[in-house]
Amino acid sequence: MAISAFLTDATVCIGCKACEVACKEWNHIPADGFTFTGNSYDNTGSLGASTWRHVMFLEQPAQLGSQITGTEDPFRWLFLSDVCKHCENAGCLEACPTGAIVRTDVGSVFVQPDVCNGCGYCVVSCPFGVVDKNHEVGTAFKCTFCYDRQREGLKPACAKACPTESIRFGEINDLRERAQLRIQELQQRGYTDARIYDPKESSVGGTHAMFVILGQPEAYNFPPAPEVPTIHLKSAWSAALISAAMVFLVVCLAFVL
Amino acid sequence: MAEKTQATEAQLDALREEAARTGKVQGPGIVPVSSPFPQPASASSYNGHPVLKPPTWTWQIPLYFFVGGVAGTSAVIALLAHLTGNAELTRAALWVSFAGALIAPPLLIADLGRPARFLNMLRVFKLQSAMSVGAWTLVAFSSAVGLAVVCRELILAGYGNGFVLLIEWVAEVLGAASGLILASYTAVLLGVTAIPVWSENRTLLPAVFLAGGLGSAAPVLELLGFRLPATHLIGIVASTVETILAITIEVRGRYVDRPLREGTVGWVTRAGGVLAGPVSLLLRIFWAQNSGARQAAALCFIAGALITRYAWIAAGRVSSRDPQALFQIQRPDGDLTASR
Repeated sequence: MAISAFLTDATVCIGCKACEVACKEWNHIPADGFTFTGNSYDNTGSLGASTWRHVMFLEQPAQLGSQITGTEDPFRWLFLSDVCKHCENAGCLEACPTGAIVRTDVGSVFVQPDVCNGCGYCVVSCPFGVVDKNHEVGTAFKCTFCYDRQREGLKPACAKACPTESIRFGEINDLRERAQLRIQELQQRGYTDARIYDPKESSVGGTHAMFVILGQPEAYNFPPAPEVPTIHLKSAWSAALISAAMVFLVVCLAFVL
Repeated sequence: MAEKTQATEAQLDALREEAARTGKVQGPGIVPVSSPFPQPASASSYNGHPVLKPPTWTWQIPLYFFVGGVAGTSAVIALLAHLTGNAELTRAALWVSFAGALIAPPLLIADLGRPARFLNMLRVFKLQSAMSVGAWTLVAFSSAVGLAVVCRELILAGYGNGFVLLIEWVAEVLGAASGLILASYTAVLLGVTAIPVWSENRTLLPAVFLAGGLGSAAPVLELLGFRLPATHLIGIVASTVETILAITIEVRGRYVDRPLREGTVGWVTRAGGVLAGPVSLLLRIFWAQNSGARQAAALCFIAGALITRYAWIAAGRVSSRDPQALFQIQRPDGDLTASR
């Protein structure tokens, strides 16, 4: 099958949360309960075991493109639907000791619910803080990229429900091209801080969920330069080996002296 | 009543005027910060919300780290004791290792979300997953020290021959080798994650965990009655290393290490470091001949090493909640003054 991807565009999102609802309904994800965060219209908070799409609401002291604000304090209201990034080099997949987390034929990262034993190592290995353990079921959950729907030739539920096509679904290279064109278009229209979030330069090696955002990635809680933790294996094991050798030496000396 | 209404009307007029003039309204109780009346939020993170997920591990895991550290390094002591001809100490150290190997798996299994599926850990072997390497190491270690204990007891019961002795030697060497991995892989496990305070201390953590393991294995044997010069020397070295590590964390003063220095977790970290470091070091140096002091030093170190493991897991939890700790590593030149 073709390698698929999401392109989620903050400049088109209207914050309706249809993607959150569609995701919950299609995937039968339990409710999160009612909590008032006090953060704008976002009472979802963040992605987690029972939240696979999360619409962010950002209030920023900047003007939107070439908008004439008529005030000294420019202001813009942005929305963006966050989702599992489906990394090219995925921290969760590398960390999983059971082989429950696999790469599918569409390029997505999938947690096999019948194999996961809930050790929780993927939770601390995700550089984006996406995957989490459901403490009632006992295993790890995250976005499945609607693999079940994709196999039947359908779009993921969130992309299908999106009324503005802020969430686009398609072949990854097409979407990368489309993202570039979109940035050019936005730049021409005065959105000088429009950028693509798709960390290809770092060890993550790009993601299968890309974003068009305005401003800094930090404002969306996107790590500016995410790294897959396993790049540190060598330095960590080297330190362990040296320390272990020292321990052996100390014990030898203790018994010989 | 009429007066009050009038006052409120005036307030409303003032509010309206302020809103029209400035585009926003100040004042507590009128507008909650950044909602629902749109107000610019800090761009340094998404409303100060954590980027990462905190570790889900329960109280069994730090205890497992401790048990694995003691059992693993005890196997090294057993090997050296055997090589230097101390049969009694060899037997005791092997039993400590074996006891650890028996306690460790239940602790690990209890933490799993689906304990019935614990054998899934042995479905695959993944070198890039420290958790997988650890699971297999535990299997290898348990087998080796189990075999060594059986051989040792056979020899003591008079069933020994050359073959049994050879098997014991092989098992002891394998036990010591896998024991060193068992006592140190847990540091790699934490170091190779996205959690800033663990990841940035990945070269320090093996020393923390191995010194704590070895420094606790010797006191355990001392408390079992083996008050030898060798265990004393091991205790002194381990306490010295603990002291140096504790000072390192304090003087480096890095932002990412804040959970280890500040708040409740910071004080717990210090308590562990002081008990295992200076306190047991001073007791060992100045009251070396006093058996009570030796016992106190042993107990202080064990308590300190155990507390240190809980502190590191707790520090990871605190660290995961701070988006700036993560952003600062990835963008060291970034402006962090606006952090919440």
